[in-house]
Amino acid sequence: MSEITLPTAPRRRPRKFTRNKAFRRVLPWLVVAGIFLVWQLLVVGLRIEPFVLPSPTSIFAAGWQWHTIILVNAWQTLMTTTIGFFFAIIIGVVLGVAIGSSSLIYDGFYPALVGFNTIPKVAVVPILIIWFGVGSVPAIITAFLLAFFPILVNVATGIATVEPELQDVLRALGASKWQTIRKVGLPRAMPYFFASLKVAITVAFVGSIIAETVGSNAGIGNFMLVASSRFEVPLAFAGLLVTGAMGIAMYAIAGAIESRMTGWATRSGGGAT
Amino acid sequence: MKNFVDMHEVSLRYGEDGDGTLALQNASVKVDSGEFVAVVGPSGCGKSTLMKVITGLWPPTAGGVIVNGKEVDKPLSITGMAFQNPTLLPWRTALDNVMLPLEIAEPHASQLRRNRTMFETKARDLLALVGLKGFENKFPWELSGGMQQRTSICRALIHDPSLLMLDEPFGALDMFTREELWLAMQELWMARRPTVILVTHDLREAVFLADRILVMSNRPGRIVAERTVELPRPRQLSMTYESYSVGLVQELRDHISAARENV
Repeated sequence: MSEITLPTAPRRRPRKFTRNKAFRRVLPWLVVAGIFLVWQLLVVGLRIEPFVLPSPTSIFAAGWQWHTIILVNAWQTLMTTTIGFFFAIIIGVVLGVAIGSSSLIYDGFYPALVGFNTIPKVAVVPILIIWFGVGSVPAIITAFLLAFFPILVNVATGIATVEPELQDVLRALGASKWQTIRKVGLPRAMPYFFASLKVAITVAFVGSIIAETVGSNAGIGNFMLVASSRFEVPLAFAGLLVTGAMGIAMYAIAGAIESRMTGWATRSGGGAT
Repeated sequence: MKNFVDMHEVSLRYGEDGDGTLALQNASVKVDSGEFVAVVGPSGCGKSTLMKVITGLWPPTAGGVIVNGKEVDKPLSITGMAFQNPTLLPWRTALDNVMLPLEIAEPHASQLRRNRTMFETKARDLLALVGLKGFENKFPWELSGGMQQRTSICRALIHDPSLLMLDEPFGALDMFTREELWLAMQELWMARRPTVILVTHDLREAVFLADRILVMSNRPGRIVAERTVELPRPRQLSMTYESYSVGLVQELRDHISAARENV
């Protein structure tokens, strides 16, 4: 996977190649392949012990050997993350709309929410385990707790920053608070909302895996904990890689939905002014 | 109708405890129905505040406003408004932006479902009147600044407001676009005859568009001078360079300089 070959005749128009769309497309894969290559060369060249830093090939080998068990655990993590993320969207949007549209609610609730958000969620997991026992529920809740705050803040920002002139126009037309939110606030908050989804989905993964590591008997977090306690370091790394891949996949899905739904927000630079 | 807008002895102080800026002091403005009035004055003199008071968006600290025979105590739904910033909704096409007031203001909102085609035709006609035929389905980012402003003015007019409030709507445009829009504005006004209050700091604009020009003093604002523009309609741009208009602009300018010095 080292085909970072330059074109044979780059002299005539060397810039054309880097602007090539297909090249841009494969570039991320090339970067990843490059990282693995350098990693492999370092591990082999410096003779690093596998229990300190395993080589990519040994990681892939271990991952392939245990792929069923990895997939089962990855599926568990994906489920808890998605469920937590789903609740984070609902609660985040509802609270975001409330906080963004009312300065009273903002003044009252925001400081408490900020305080809550500063609590490291890893400290909450043991309490969740006391309440709900070892299992999926603490992971779902932890994923939710980490993911809802960025969604809330972004939705609130989008709604709170409607131009004052536009608010005047709407008020003079006799618009109710709800009409203003529905016609202007919510559509306006959509770019913020979708941008926050990309952040939220990745932190939701972090939440699930934290909870699985602290107390669970399933999921990628638990799998990595077990693997490293047995000094099967390549296997633990395989878990890490799978987590990263799931994060990227979910991020890409969120990004695709974003550009589909709110193209108007990113395209505004292209027109006549 | 005489004195369609009657703002009498209005003072307005911002801030709740009465220690904020005094933006208006004993300002009185009377506008007849169908009249085009321009308000000019030094920057920061409270012109925009005047608009907010007349439309009922801000309650005055003292004095009162009567519009169409009724005391203004809440936002007036018979108003259309346009500002220096077009404030179009970027996720809507030009046509849908113009339609926005019909979705909100009564009695149109409750009839919208039934009369959608009729309302749409009306919006298209209005856009055509300001020269935006063929741009109905463009999004704001696909329109030039002048086109956006035209759309914004159409949005202010779509629900047939009897009072049109314009707060420096052409202020951010270049000279040529601005003059084009003056002509479009004059055409709109002559076709529909709403009562217009235009806030501007462009004296030529005031002379070209208005029947009557009010000069505001420095803050706290009040009306210090008033001039009627004796130019026949429809007016041509060349008229603003004739000696009558130039003299008028100069006179207004002197008033404003005087108003600026009396801080």
